[in-house]
This record gives sequence, C-alpha cells and structure tokens, in this order.
Amino acid sequence: MAADFNWAVGGEAGDGIDSTGKIFAQALSRAGRHVFTSKDFASRIRGGYTAYKVRTSVDKVQSVVDRLDVLIALTPRTIEENLDELHEGSVIIYDGERTTMQDVEIPEGMIGLDVPLKSLAEDAGGAIMRNVVALGAACEVAEFPIENLDSALEKRFKDKGQKLVDNNKEAARAGRDYVADEYADREFDYDLETTDEDYVLLNGDEAIGMGAIAAGCRFYAGYPITPATDVMTYLTGRIERYGGHVVQAEDELSAINMALGAARGGARAMTATSGPGIDLMTETFGLIATSETPLVICNVMRSGPSTGMPTKQEQGDLNQMLYGGHGEVPRFVLAPTTIDECFWKTVEAFNLAEKYQLPVYLTADLSMAVTEQTFSPDTFDMDEVEIDRGKVVDEATIDDHMSESGGFQPHEITDDGISPRAFPGTADGAHMSTGLEHDEQGRRTEDTEMRVEQVDKRNRKVETAREREDWSPREFGDADADDLVITWGSNEGALAEAVEILDDEGQNVRVLSVPYIFPRPDLSEDVAAAETTVVVECNEQGQFADLVEHDVLERVDRVNKYNGVRYKADELAAEIKSTLEAGVEA
Amino acid sequence: MSSDIRFTDFKSDKQPTWCPGCGDFGTMNGMMKALAETGNDPDNTFVVAGIGCSGKIGTYMHSYALHGVHGRALPVGTGVKMARPDIEVMVAGGDGDGYSIGAGHFVHAVRRNVDMTYVVMDNRIYGLTKGQASPTSREDFETSTSPEGPKQPPVNPHALALASGATFIAQSFSSDALRHQEIIQEAIEHDGFGFVNVYSPCVTFNDVDTYDYFRDSLVDLKEEEGYDPTDREAAKDVILDNEKEHQGVIYKDESSVPYHEQHGVDEDMSVIPDGAPESATDLVREFY
Repeated sequence: MAADFNWAVGGEAGDGIDSTGKIFAQALSRAGRHVFTSKDFASRIRGGYTAYKVRTSVDKVQSVVDRLDVLIALTPRTIEENLDELHEGSVIIYDGERTTMQDVEIPEGMIGLDVPLKSLAEDAGGAIMRNVVALGAACEVAEFPIENLDSALEKRFKDKGQKLVDNNKEAARAGRDYVADEYADREFDYDLETTDEDYVLLNGDEAIGMGAIAAGCRFYAGYPITPATDVMTYLTGRIERYGGHVVQAEDELSAINMALGAARGGARAMTATSGPGIDLMTETFGLIATSETPLVICNVMRSGPSTGMPTKQEQGDLNQMLYGGHGEVPRFVLAPTTIDECFWKTVEAFNLAEKYQLPVYLTADLSMAVTEQTFSPDTFDMDEVEIDRGKVVDEATIDDHMSESGGFQPHEITDDGISPRAFPGTADGAHMSTGLEHDEQGRRTEDTEMRVEQVDKRNRKVETAREREDWSPREFGDADADDLVITWGSNEGALAEAVEILDDEGQNVRVLSVPYIFPRPDLSEDVAAAETTVVVECNEQGQFADLVEHDVLERVDRVNKYNGVRYKADELAAEIKSTLEAGVEA
Repeated sequence: MSSDIRFTDFKSDKQPTWCPGCGDFGTMNGMMKALAETGNDPDNTFVVAGIGCSGKIGTYMHSYALHGVHGRALPVGTGVKMARPDIEVMVAGGDGDGYSIGAGHFVHAVRRNVDMTYVVMDNRIYGLTKGQASPTSREDFETSTSPEGPKQPPVNPHALALASGATFIAQSFSSDALRHQEIIQEAIEHDGFGFVNVYSPCVTFNDVDTYDYFRDSLVDLKEEEGYDPTDREAAKDVILDNEKEHQGVIYKDESSVPYHEQHGVDEDMSVIPDGAPESATDLVREFY
C-alpha cells in the first residue's frame, strides 16, 4: 500500500470536472484524510483538456507528485496528457460506451475499467450524474467507504433538494457495485483508511478572502481576472455579513481608485488582481504611496508577459511589484508561502498597511490560488487575529498634530516617519491628500527643504518597520547542513517534501522559505555559512536570486522553472541534487 | 454639523493660481456656497479632484479631499461614499478628466447612481497644457494640436449620461452665480448621482466659448414655459438639440434609488472591532 494516493478526473472544460474533483476531495477531507489538489485548466469555457487532481494521505500532503494511481478519463486526451504520471498498475476508469472512448487504448501494464457511466447514471435518474457514478467506481477501487462520499454529495446538492441528493447517492453506489461485480477478480492495491480528524479544505484565494474579513477589511473593489477572481467571489455574499461591500469595477484603474477612496474614508480596503491588472493599477500606485494611504493590493501571479499563459503558474511579477511606477515609491511586498499563511499574511498585510500608511502588495501565485489543501480548523484561530490600526487620531488627540496656523498635519515630520491619520468626520481634521509633493498639511509645495523632508520621512517609515517588525524567513530541513536552499512563495510545499526525499538519499540541506520580499530578511550570514546556496523559484530570470545576490554580495546558484507548471516534490529533489552536484556556476 | 457654517469656511489658505477671470473661480464659489447652504461643513465633506486646472480646486477648498490621478476622480469618490455613507462627497474635474481619459468611469459612475455630486468644469479646451483640443471642443476649433480643428464631433456629456441611465443631469454657467449655486445645491440634494456640467470659460486659450458667447446664447430651462425636467423625452430633445445652449436642471428622476439603498450599503466602514469580527469562526466552518 502506498502512503499517499493520487487520483484525477479529466475531460473537457464543461464536463463538470471541477465539481466532481471537489466532491471527491471533500469526501476525503471529511473522512479525516489530508488532501492536496491541483488543476490543469485552460482559458476556455468548453472543450480542450481540463483535470482536477487529488493527492491524499493520512499524513500532511503539501505538494503534487509525478504519479497517478487512479484516473477517471472522460476523453482519450485525458489519458494522453497523463502518460508521464501513470505507471504500471494505474487504474483508468472510462466509459467504453461513449463514442469517443470506444477505441481507447489502455497503455501496457495499466488496468482499464470500462464502466458504463452514462447508462448507470440514467438508471439512477439522469445522465448528468455520470461523473458521480465514476466517483463510486473510484471508491471501490480505492477501498474508500462510499458513505464518506454521501456527506460531500449532501454538501454539494442539498440546496437543490433531497431527491437530487438521493439520486446522486444511488448513482455513486451503482458505480461502486458495477466495479465490485464486473471486476470481482481484480485486486487493487489501495486502502484509503479514514481517521477521526476534522479538517477544513480551502484554496489560497479563499484563505486570502477569509483573512481579509478577519482583518476587518470592509471594502473590496476588483475586476475579474484569472487566477484572482476567487478572492472576489469568496468575498461576495460573505463580507456583507460583516458590514462590508464588494464592487465589480469597470476596470482595474477604477478598482484601485475605489479602494483608495474607501481607504481615505477610513475603511480597511483591498483589491486583488493578477499581473495584467497590476500593470493598470501601477498608474495609481505612486498616489497611494505619496498620499500615505494604507491599502492592500493582492497580486495572484500567473504566467506573463502580456496575456502570457493565463491559466499557468509563474512567479514573474516580483520586479514589477518591487519597482513598478515612476518616481521612488516606498512599499511593502509580502509573499505567503503556504495556503494557511495566505490567511495570516493577509491579516498582517492590513496591519502593516495601516501602521506604516503605505501600499502593501500581498502576492500569491496561481498554484497556491487554485489549490485546495486540508488544515486543522485551529490553524485559523480567529482569537489569534490582532488588529493594529496605527496612529489614528480622534477629536481628543488631534490637537497635538496641528500646525501653527491651526491646520491638521497628516504628513507631520516625525522621528519614526509615521504621521497621524484623521478619518473624514473627525472635527478639525479636514485636509488634502495629493499626488503632488506636499507639506505637513498636505498642501502642494515645491519647497526644496520640505521636499527632502517628506521623501526622507516616507523612507524613514520603512526603516522603522525594519526595526519594529519580525521579517524572519521560515526555516526547515537540516539546520547544520552545508548546503542552503532558499525559496519564496508557493514552492515551499514541494520543497518541504523534496527535503525529505533528499534526506532519504543522504543529501541534507537547510531551507529558508522567505515570505517577506520587501522589507526582507538579511540572509548574508546564512549564505556565507553555506557551501552552496541554491535559490528556487518559478521564473526564468531568477528575480529573487538577484535580490539575494544584491543583499549578500555573493553569487548563488539558481533553480528555475517557467514552463507553466508548478514544481513537484520528486522533480524538485532531483533538480536540487543535480545542481548541488554541479557546483556553483560563478 | 453646525448651522453657523459659512461658505468661506470651505476656502483654504492657498490662493488660486488660476488666470485672472478664469471661470473656475465662479464654479468653486458656487460649490462652496451650495455645500454650506445644504448644511455641510468641511469636516464632513470629501472633495475629490482630478488633474488639470480644474483639479486644483481641491487645493483651494478646505475639506477632506483627495487630488488624484488624471481621470480617476469618480472611482475615488465612489469608494469614499461606499465606505462612508455619512460623508458628503463631491467630485470635481475638467472636460478632459471626465470625458476623455475618464470617460469610461463617467459612464459607469452614472450607471451606479452613487449618492454624490459630480461637477465638470467644462471650458472646451486643455488649459494647463496650454491650449489643445478637448473632447468638448468644437469640430472646427483651431488649436496647437488641431490646426484645422479636431474634425470630429464634440462629446455630448448630457447624452452620454442620459443613455447611461442618469438620474440627475444639469448644466450651469459659472458666471451666472445664483443659478449655478442653485443648480449645484439641487444636485447635492438629489438622491443619487447628481451630474452638473458647468460652462467655466478659459479666458486664455479659448476665444470662442467665451463669457459673452454663453451669456448671449444660454437658454435657461427654468424660464422655458412648460419644461418639465422629470420628463425624460423632453430632456432628450433638449440634450440632442445642437442648435441651442441650455442651462438648468435638464433631467431629474424623482424615483431615483441611490446605490447604497439598492445594495444595502449603509454602515460607516471605518469602524471595525479590535480583533476578528464576532462569528468569524463561521467562515472556517464553511470549509468543512
């Protein structure tokens, strides 16, 4: 029996692949198994190839691997697309009655289970349930009690009536019984045990959305774009319960300006988009920074440049977020490294934005955004959420921040660079916020001394933040190892599993996973202490490796992937091993 | 809100750098008077300004304000109003800001019908960049970038607004101080998006659309016998009449339901709890 089980359902867009996969993932999660899902999808509504993959184990799983044990193939292409991952003994469930599947060839050494999905579904109440029949068949193959599927089916269909739920349950049983009867002589090598653990199953976009509500975000404006749309759909219908609102803006230019307006109104506000949207939002970025407006801008990266590969993985926007916009603009860039951290870093982003009164980029990437993973519900302990709104003045304290002529000073020159904030409605707090260089009261100025004082003040906030906040990286692997692997963003999961594989092969490495891009931890001593340093990231140019080299004044080695597919644990282990063996390319 | 607010309380201590005689002085005075007259004060008012000569208005007025990016004033105003329904929001900009770079936002702001006032200081020219054609310049208006005129019809902002489902469309003239103030006041009091295009002559770069021209040609709808601004068809005729210049409230939908009522957005979003909201754990449970 393998420790983990890898399953997929694949077909054309429009075949209901996503909801079928989600039902199975939820059934596993509810049965106390860990789940990690991934999606192959294209930018189209119908046709093409799309798949939903599930990796499950009783232990934590945080990566995809190059192995597929059971595949539900609705199209011949589904088999072709997965030949590399299928292995001897892999089970392929298909409907041989389907015209396109009649002549399908099951690759040598694999087990083809021809199940009349459509006919069985029709018997149970409707052809539309054929995927559920397939799920039932998969349960039989994996020795996964079908009752676990029931609660997932109830969750999925309960709004549509008990009859539909019952029909689906029946369809699942029809699939299970068919395999049990027709393939009774077959021995399958799987046994998906269940546990009493409680898990929640969510993706990165949902974690960001939940984090935003927890952090007191009340206003969201956005424009739909893959793979950030799930943040918006998550918030819609939920944020209202907490007194908030979501606006679908006419474009990203508008979205960020609406969020800016709400933030000037005193709300915790956010927008989320992907690279092409960041391009447009960059227009307003300098205004946010120089008017010292707290705002969280979430960038769920996808493959670029331009329209690039819109449904594929990449971490190519780092430089854009660090340097985008004319002039010199202070900003923070946070990059959560896991799905649960998407929640916590969102909370942190709102606090940092308000404490330091500047724009904060919160960046995830496609793999993390559309991947679901199981966590213990305690991972998201709402009692642990802390809110720090920074230096907000009210009618009692505003008097300490007035100019000699009696005007409120929202850009007061202070030792730590942080000035007082007054929300509209605060008596005597009326002031101008502007993209023009300004004096302490926010009035336009081109005075040479005031210009320098304001620039220095804005930059001093960053220095203050460096001193006051904890920018440490996450560390795992062997702390005493000679070799150091550094990564950022969503690669952490694959790397954590790669470290175990390397460990089994006698290769010890120390890993630093960096969630803070700016400000970021000083890794000089870590790199100096290592024999070889490898920076792993999903882009071609090694944008984070460049930053590390800039910081530590030393060359590092690079492992890069930019074919649109995330790192898999086994592949990454091999890649790191060969890079370490080759030595530094100085 | 105190009742002893005077319109001069809305004046900042910055002296306008507009050219002497600029229409924007009158436009601004009318806005300040209308704000004071409708019971607002600088601390509960938020003015959003665009870029250009008109964009400087936020600097010369005293209130909570944002002087933003060119063309994006309406989205900013929308955000302020949604977050703070208790705050009076007034957005001001020029014809370039509103009908050229910001034209897309104009259409959608009209559709949303957020309860705010939008004042466009329309001088039919780009002044701050020293005299180029604007989206409302006449077809044959010669400028440095259109030596033979733009040779394209000017944008008809009222028609754009009407077609986008506007609930309040008005035209005023900065030099007709009383009428201008009266019209702005009506826009402020309107439940929804109050749109006022203001003829605000540029005395330096536009020698066609002058004070004299508007004074001689403007027909006040208030004095037109039988004109009913709640009659959409009548408004359409006025708006599409290219032969005449009008001032007054052109169209007003008295059954207008503003955005915050349509969507139930009525809370002051600046107030949040010290930790996660009560019952936030429900969000976690949804993922079981």
